[in-house]
Amino acid sequence: MIVTRDWLLTEAPASRGQAAWGRRYRLWLQLRRNPLAMAGLLVILALIALSLLAPWLATHDPGVQDLSNRLARPSAAHWLGTDELGRDVYSRLLYGGRITLGMVVAVVVLVAPLGLAVGCVAGYAGGIWDRLLMRVTDVFLAFPRLILALAFVAALRPGVTSAVAAIALTAWPPYARLARAETLGLRGTDFIAAVRLCGAGPGRIVLRHIAPLCLPSLIVRVTLDMSSIILTAAGLGFLGMGAQPPSPEWGAMIATARRFILEQWWVPTAPGLAIFVASLAFNLLGDGLRDVLDPKQGA
Amino acid sequence: MIDIEGLRVRFGVNEVVHGVSLAVLRGGSFGLVGESGSGKSTILRAYSGLNPEWTGAMRLNGAELGRRRDRAFFRRVQMVFQDPYGSLHPRQTVDRALNEPLIVHGLGDRDARIARALSDVSLPGNVRFRYPHQLSGGQRQRVAIARSLMAEPDVLLLDEPTSALDVSVQAEVLNLLRDLQERRGLTYLLVSHNLAVVAHLCSTIGVMQGGDLVETLSANDLRAGRVRHPHTAELRALTVELEKDEAQPATAG
Repeated sequence: MIVTRDWLLTEAPASRGQAAWGRRYRLWLQLRRNPLAMAGLLVILALIALSLLAPWLATHDPGVQDLSNRLARPSAAHWLGTDELGRDVYSRLLYGGRITLGMVVAVVVLVAPLGLAVGCVAGYAGGIWDRLLMRVTDVFLAFPRLILALAFVAALRPGVTSAVAAIALTAWPPYARLARAETLGLRGTDFIAAVRLCGAGPGRIVLRHIAPLCLPSLIVRVTLDMSSIILTAAGLGFLGMGAQPPSPEWGAMIATARRFILEQWWVPTAPGLAIFVASLAFNLLGDGLRDVLDPKQGA
Repeated sequence: MIDIEGLRVRFGVNEVVHGVSLAVLRGGSFGLVGESGSGKSTILRAYSGLNPEWTGAMRLNGAELGRRRDRAFFRRVQMVFQDPYGSLHPRQTVDRALNEPLIVHGLGDRDARIARALSDVSLPGNVRFRYPHQLSGGQRQRVAIARSLMAEPDVLLLDEPTSALDVSVQAEVLNLLRDLQERRGLTYLLVSHNLAVVAHLCSTIGVMQGGDLVETLSANDLRAGRVRHPHTAELRALTVELEKDEAQPATAG
């Protein structure tokens, strides 16, 4: 099958797949008209590519120390200088992207389905289930996010895995709230009533009819949340609760470099900029996606 | 076919249907008319199982209906909603909407059934993979009717099936409904605030006021003006007046 623009944009698709891809292509065309969102998307793709290609792009081994050349200024040999143990900052930045972005992806993969499930079930089932699930959500929402994550990591063993678990634990309640609110709005609609009258059970209705409609706003929320997940991950790293040395995590890199922040400013600047750029890119993309995916804008 | 006896429906402390009884024979059509809030749609929703807060007795083909309806009930009874813009899932193609009843009831030969259902409601085959927002109101209502007929029910509950449509499209949909009834021997329970629509489609008409069924009469009696209850006379007079108003600009122009 040849995929052409006409095939995607036809008003009379000939198969289920064509209809679905046509809709997606239209959304993509809409997103492409938003330059800021596209910039965000490109930056994110670039960051992901850089992290994945780190072994080939790095000029040095991120763990190798060279104490005779510590805290060197950026130069031809070390593009972004070296840190307090003489390690190449540029290489550590690339490898650090793997850890930081990997943590973000892991958190999102854990959190979004959980929040969606809790919210949809609570919203659709109502009654005692709704009260039970939402009070649990409230309990988690009542704690400051970073503090709860800190307490959780401290109770476990500091490290990337427990940091991911801790962030996930504190990040899901807003998704559950969002999904529940959407579900409550959808539950009373005629098209859901029509599905009920088809004889479909509650599981099928939630999974096949309600959850897909909650997904767009959830995706938007996730992209907008990515930046705060990055910041929480970096914050945990900064406080020594995330990735452990010598792992080059961005937040931890800033933490160890804070002693020289005035004299050797280039050491903390590079990871700081990386965090800033990644957060900003995710926010821009999230804004663009919101414009495209907002269910209130009809098609 | 449909038997309703002493049906009462409550929303919280408000009782909106105060003991309504009616019966529709197999292949017959019963129209409920009344103003907004007279409880006519509520009766439909209670009968379809969408609203479980009722007392009284409801029967389908002699079998008592409980609070919870099983899948077999939904094979025999289907409903068409008032607003074709709200009754179709916005992210599902026509194909997907028509497929749903087939999947739920485990019916085979889906492709052929969907194609046949579309031609039964006079929709062109190329709408099959369109999304609801790519269809007109009349087309959407045809899709909704096609969906309700997918599982080949005996009874169709029609909740103001034409009131959200243009006048010209209304006539088309009404004729389609009448046509389908003749071909398939369907039993209709129709709700409308429009006396003309009800008289067009139904042989027996029940007039609702404030949650009570105040009068049941035949369409012929209604046309001839043989009414007993003042509210029926009121509604009839209003309809006649409206039709006159509609006719006048046409004769003037």
